Amino acid sequence: MAQSSKMLQVKQDATEAFLAGRTLPTGAAWANDARADALARVRDMGLPHGRDEYWKFTKPDSLVQRDAPNAAVFQNDEAPLWADVESLKIVFVDGVFDADASDDFTLEGLTIERLTDVAEMDIHWAKDLYGVLEARGQEAVCRPLAAVNTAFATDGIVVHVTGKVSKPVRLVYLHKSETSDAMLHHCIKLDEGSEVTLLETGPAAARFNKTLEVDVADHAKFNHIRVQGRDHERRAVTGIFTRLGTESAFKSFTLTMNGVLTRNECVIELTGDDAIAHVAGACVGDGDDFHHDDTVFITHDAVNCESRQVFKKVLRNGATGVFQGKILVKKGAQKTDGYQISQSLLLDDDSQFLAKPELEIYADDVICSHGSTTGAIDEEAMFYLQSRGVPKAEATDLLVLAFLAEALEEIEDETLAEGILERLEGWLARRAS
Amino acid sequence: MLEIKDLHVKLEEEDKQILKGVNLTVEPGKVHAIMGPNGSGKSTLSYVLSGKGGYEVTGGSASLDGDELLEMEAEERAAAGLFLAFQYPVEIPGVGNMTFLRTAVNAQRKARGEEEMSAGEFLKVIRAKAKTLKIDAEMLKRPVNVGFSGGEKKRNEILQMAMLEPKMCILDETDSGLDVDAMKLVSEGVNALRDEGRGFLVITHYQRLLDHIKPDVVHIMADGRIVKTGGPELALEVENNGYADILAEVA
Repeated sequence: MAQSSKMLQVKQDATEAFLAGRTLPTGAAWANDARADALARVRDMGLPHGRDEYWKFTKPDSLVQRDAPNAAVFQNDEAPLWADVESLKIVFVDGVFDADASDDFTLEGLTIERLTDVAEMDIHWAKDLYGVLEARGQEAVCRPLAAVNTAFATDGIVVHVTGKVSKPVRLVYLHKSETSDAMLHHCIKLDEGSEVTLLETGPAAARFNKTLEVDVADHAKFNHIRVQGRDHERRAVTGIFTRLGTESAFKSFTLTMNGVLTRNECVIELTGDDAIAHVAGACVGDGDDFHHDDTVFITHDAVNCESRQVFKKVLRNGATGVFQGKILVKKGAQKTDGYQISQSLLLDDDSQFLAKPELEIYADDVICSHGSTTGAIDEEAMFYLQSRGVPKAEATDLLVLAFLAEALEEIEDETLAEGILERLEGWLARRAS
Repeated sequence: MLEIKDLHVKLEEEDKQILKGVNLTVEPGKVHAIMGPNGSGKSTLSYVLSGKGGYEVTGGSASLDGDELLEMEAEERAAAGLFLAFQYPVEIPGVGNMTFLRTAVNAQRKARGEEEMSAGEFLKVIRAKAKTLKIDAEMLKRPVNVGFSGGEKKRNEILQMAMLEPKMCILDETDSGLDVDAMKLVSEGVNALRDEGRGFLVITHYQRLLDHIKPDVVHIMADGRIVKTGGPELALEVENNGYADILAEVA
C-alpha cells in the first residue's frame, strides 16, 4: 500500500509538471465542459509512468516530458504518398492547418469542419462525440495521453458522413519544425449506411499526439489507411477510439517506417450485432533508437461480430517492437469470431519483439484465436533464392516483403495498397548496398 | 565443364565425413547420371556444389568452366551457370512465383553484366515456356511452390531451369514423388534443354527416369565416392540386381 501511494505521488508530480503553464482552450460551453472533464481524467489517472503495467514495454518518458525532444527535419523528403490518387487533401504543417495547401472541403456525402471552428459553436453534433468515445475507452485501461489530447487539442477535422463518399479524405501531415509539439483531434460520425475512406500520411511533428474518434452507425463502413513518416526522428502517440453499430464495418491499416518512438493505440467497441472490425499494421524498424508499440483493445458486446488483428514487424540493428492486444468478449456476445496474430521477423540478434496477447471471454459460444511468433529469416528459403542467383541482400528484401504481405492484404483498395508497397520498397532500397 | 577433383566434405555441426574423395568430370552436351544407395552422399554433392551452408569442404576442388565454384557465394555460382533442381523445392509464402523468377533472371543478368529483361519480354518468354510444361497462369501468380502438388513443384523447377538457361544442370531426385505422366512431362522439359553446350548431372535412385532422360555416362556412388562408372547399361544392371553385386565387386 505504502509503495502504491508513493508511486501515485511520483505520477502526480510528473502530471502536474506536464500540466504547469498549460491552459485549457476556451470555446462554446459544451467544448469547455468536454475539455474540463478530460483534464479531470488526466489528473485522476496521472500520466503514464515507466512502472505502469500498460507501459511496461514502452518507456513513456519522452512523451510525457514537458517539451518535445528535437527531431531533425528532412530537406528532401519523398513526394507525398498517394498524390495522384483522387482525394480531398487536407494539410497540417506541424499540427497547424494549412489552408493554402488544402483542398476546398466540399465533397458530396460528407461535411468537413475544423475543430477550431466547431468548438466555438454553441450547438453542434460533435458535442456527443468529442471526448465521448475517448472517455469510454478509459474504462478498462487508462489512456491518459488521449485525455490530454481531448483537453488541449485545438484543431483537427470534424466530419459528418451522410452518404457513400466517392473519394478518400487524405490528411497530409508535414513536419517542418525541429521542436514542434503537435496535437490533433479528429471526430468522424458516419450515418447509417454511409461509407468513407480516411487516409493519413506523414511524420506530422517532432512530437505528435493524435486522437481519432469514429462513430460508425448501423450498416456504415469506415476505411482507414495511414503511413507514419519514414526515417524522421519523430515521436508519436496516437489513439483510435471507435464504436460500431449493427452490420457496420471498420477497417484500419497502418504502415510505420522508422521514427524514434511510436505508440499506436486502438480501442474498438463492437456494440451492434454482425459488425466487423479489422485492424492491421506493418512496421519496419532499423536501429536501436527505434521503438514501435501497437496496443489494441477490442470489446465484443454484441452477437455474431468478427474482429481481426494482424500485426507484422520487421526489426533490425537493435530495433524494438511491442504488441499488446486484447480481445474482451462480454457476457452475451455469442458467436463472436475473434482472430489475433502478431509476428516479428528479427533480422539480427540485437533486435527484440515483446508481445502480450490477451483473451478475456465471458460468453460460451465463441471462436477466438491468437498467436504470436518471433523468428529469423528462413534459411531454406534464403538458400533457394540464392541458388537461383538472387543476392543475399535482395533475397532478404523479398522475404521481408513476403513476411509483411499478410498485413498488406488487409488493405482492400489495390491502388492504395500499391502505394504502401512502393513506400516499403523505397525504404528497403535506401538501406541496400 | 564441371570438374570435381578429390572432393572431401564433412558436416559442419558434427564430425562426420560425407564425401570421401569424389572425382567427376561432366563434358558439355553430356548427361551424367549418379545412382547409389541411400546415404551414399549424392544429395550432399549437389548441395555442396550449389553452395548450401552447413557443410565444410576439407579437401579437393570443384570448378565450372575453370572457375573455382567452392569459393563463390551460392548466387555467384548460379550466375556462373550452375543450377540445382531441388529434391524438395522450398515453399516461399508471400513471394509470387513470377516475381521470384523475374528477380532471379535479372539478378543473374546483372551479375553477368548483361541487360535486364523488360517486364513485357519476360512475360512473353515465361508464358511460352510455362505452356510446354503445362503450367497455367494461375500457378505463375501463386506464391512460390505454396500449395503446389509434388508434380507441380517439380515442373516449376524445370520452368526455372528453362528460364535461367544454365550451363550446368544438377537434378536431385527429380523423379521422386512423380507419377508416370508427370515424369514424362518433366523429362520432356529436361530433354528440350539438352544441347551441345549444356551439361547435366542427374541424381536418381531409379532406372525409370533414365528411360526418359537418356544418360551418356552412369556413375555409382557409395560411401562418399564414385565406385563405378559405365554406360547406360550400368543403370539397367542396378535396376535388375540392386547395388549389392556392384558394391561387392568393388569392395
